[in-house]
Amino acid sequence: MATEGATQPAETFSPIFGRLTLDWIPYHEPILVATFAGVALGGLIFLALMTYFKAWGPLWTNWVTSIDHKKIGIMYMVLGFVMMVRGFADALMMRAQQALAAGGAEGYLPPHHFDQVFTAHGVIMIFFVAMPFVTGIMNYVMPMQIGARDVAFPFLNNFSFWMTVAGALLINISLFIGEFARVGWLAFPPLSGPSFSTGPGMDYYLWALQIAGIGTTLSGINLVATIFKMRARGMKLFDMPVFTWTALCTNVLIVAAFPVLTATLALLTMDRYLGTHFFTNDLGGNAMMYVNLIWIWGHPEVYILILPIFGVFSEIVATFSGKPLFGYKTMVWATACIMVLSFVVWLHHFFTMGSGANVNTFFGITTMIIAVPTGVKIFNWLFTMYNGRVRFELPMLWVIGSIVTFTIGGMTGVLLAVPPVDFQLHNSLFLIAHFHNVIIGGVVFGVYAAVAYWWPKAFGFKLHDGWGKASFWFWFVGFYFAFMPLYALGLIGATRRVASYSDPAWQPYFITAAFGALLIAAGIACTFICFGYSIYKRKSLAVGNDPWDARTLEWATQSPPQYYNFPQEITVHGRDEFWEMKRRGFTFSTLYTPIHMPKYTGMGAIISAVCLVFGFAMVWYMWWLAIITFLAAIGLGIAHTFNYNRDYYVPTDEIAEIEGKGASV
Amino acid sequence: MSAHAENSHGTMSQLMIGFVFAVVLTVIPFWLVMAEVDMNPVTLVGIIVGLGAVQIIVHLVYFLHVTRESENGWTFAATAFAVVILVIVLAGSLWVMHNMNANMMPMPDMGNMSEVQGITGAQDAMDAMNHGTADH
Repeated sequence: MATEGATQPAETFSPIFGRLTLDWIPYHEPILVATFAGVALGGLIFLALMTYFKAWGPLWTNWVTSIDHKKIGIMYMVLGFVMMVRGFADALMMRAQQALAAGGAEGYLPPHHFDQVFTAHGVIMIFFVAMPFVTGIMNYVMPMQIGARDVAFPFLNNFSFWMTVAGALLINISLFIGEFARVGWLAFPPLSGPSFSTGPGMDYYLWALQIAGIGTTLSGINLVATIFKMRARGMKLFDMPVFTWTALCTNVLIVAAFPVLTATLALLTMDRYLGTHFFTNDLGGNAMMYVNLIWIWGHPEVYILILPIFGVFSEIVATFSGKPLFGYKTMVWATACIMVLSFVVWLHHFFTMGSGANVNTFFGITTMIIAVPTGVKIFNWLFTMYNGRVRFELPMLWVIGSIVTFTIGGMTGVLLAVPPVDFQLHNSLFLIAHFHNVIIGGVVFGVYAAVAYWWPKAFGFKLHDGWGKASFWFWFVGFYFAFMPLYALGLIGATRRVASYSDPAWQPYFITAAFGALLIAAGIACTFICFGYSIYKRKSLAVGNDPWDARTLEWATQSPPQYYNFPQEITVHGRDEFWEMKRRGFTFSTLYTPIHMPKYTGMGAIISAVCLVFGFAMVWYMWWLAIITFLAAIGLGIAHTFNYNRDYYVPTDEIAEIEGKGASV
Repeated sequence: MSAHAENSHGTMSQLMIGFVFAVVLTVIPFWLVMAEVDMNPVTLVGIIVGLGAVQIIVHLVYFLHVTRESENGWTFAATAFAVVILVIVLAGSLWVMHNMNANMMPMPDMGNMSEVQGITGAQDAMDAMNHGTADH
């Protein structure tokens, strides 16, 4: 990069601090200093409040050390929302820059900063917003849907979560110490290689994703094992709720695809740290191999994000239509088809890289085929609603908004699957509009639907309707304002990732898009107001255990559920078990037996904290610290295997006392 | 749910058979390389990779006890899925990369870039390209 030398401090090395010097603290960048001041002030207020309310102890004993899948699920959602604010701040900065920088104007962001902003936006939104969201929902809901008390490996679940947090923290540290990568969210070499990305930014990227990736892979293994091994007595695979099915397929995809990402990033890391030549231009390396490998992970990844959301839609549509889901088996098979097909479409991300007509045709056709099972699902939801008594409550609003928006995004995707069209639109803002259309329209709206739907389950009171609906309408309208102009811009030739452009005719579109981003900002603000106001009004918003007249097992217990989920083991007789239980007039008996539960442990958070320091040390070449923390992480992991004090039995009188206060069902 | 007793850890004779297979499959490629056996390099690499693949199967069957019966067939199903994905990834990558290699102009050596700027250099590059396509 031409600007490299001008913007980076000189490369120095000291045995203690590695290449970290005071010059790497960006105190000369007013935007970053202001951000830091804001974050520091907010952080201090937070610390002061926590101390004032003596909340540190409870935070540690009730949350940080918790191996309860419900609490971990909620913490994943908190992480997702916090990081969404960070990623959205990046989005606002980009929209503002592009609204200003027309006709040769430079805007307010220097190019090297703009490049960091779009890289951070992409990385954060996929890895630290969308992934925590879907993992959090699966973590919270799935075990209860199959009548389990927790996941198969409760400690691993806690560890997975804190590793994800460690990755997220490492990315946020890069904001104030050093810099972030300037390479785009997938960091293609040779730009991301040692010769063109010399600073620590690219290394922050690598170590943040590797640390978080360990968490994601382990969580995938954990949830697959949970679904296979922990289902309630009598629950056959084809008795599982559709959300559990989609969770199963998603986690199988995670287990199959994430090792590819880990290996690819490890090879790039070796290029950068050890001087190997996997992805360099010369000495036998091939940068195109990186593009090929990263998309072998990258395409399944988009289905990892959307499949659980398809499950969410299936649950919500069936519940609010008061009917069983239309075409349960086709839904399951469509999910399974997508799971396999998602591995044979990856080349459509690089039609233009130079493959011949045979290859491009094959992947173009597979891409169009994968739209078929997705279309099947949409029709299944529509037929479920057809002739149902549809209740337009908040979750249903999000679902319908999502189905409409996602379908538009899906159709532009099929358009992009045609290789000659892709040659025109590759790397244009049309593509950007397409994938935001499916990720916001599908994943984000779906997550909001899930939050609105399962909030009463998790906390015992509904979200405030007015603020929830305000949030929906701002998001929904804001989305169209923000991204429809990008379709148009893409068609008239605007490429992605430009800090400034010469054609002033583009500016009105960019200003419209920026206005849309402001509407979305209002939507996000309404979200947080909605959460806060609902908590404030929780007494009047309180509802029973089954506020939506739902169909699946998670609603069979108290809202919020006790830590053991169900006072007794449940025997399942078929699909939509809870619906049948209500029809039969089922109640839990009061003859309790002791419940076997795992014990809380702080080891997951401790090992993850050590891994965070390890990542930081590797980024800055502090080898002594890296060695110590690496050995410490391994040693602590081994030491924890000798902890035999892991489980206990809940005595029957304790269960009786808890259940006496608010009986399940 | 299936009890732990179901998961057999194999008998001694099974483990020994696996061990012998593994040793043989390891010794052959090492011997091929270390004795510098006179052989076409493509065949040599093919043999080594092939033996490696057999080695994987031996480990799966004898050490990890992947049979059609274990865990009600789930172990086998999971392995089959993993194999399908592996085949897709490997065969797909080879196909994609080979196709790209065949369709793109050969990259001149980076060291000779300055030379290629000149007209004679461009001619060389064209020659190299023709040569390259003739090869395929």
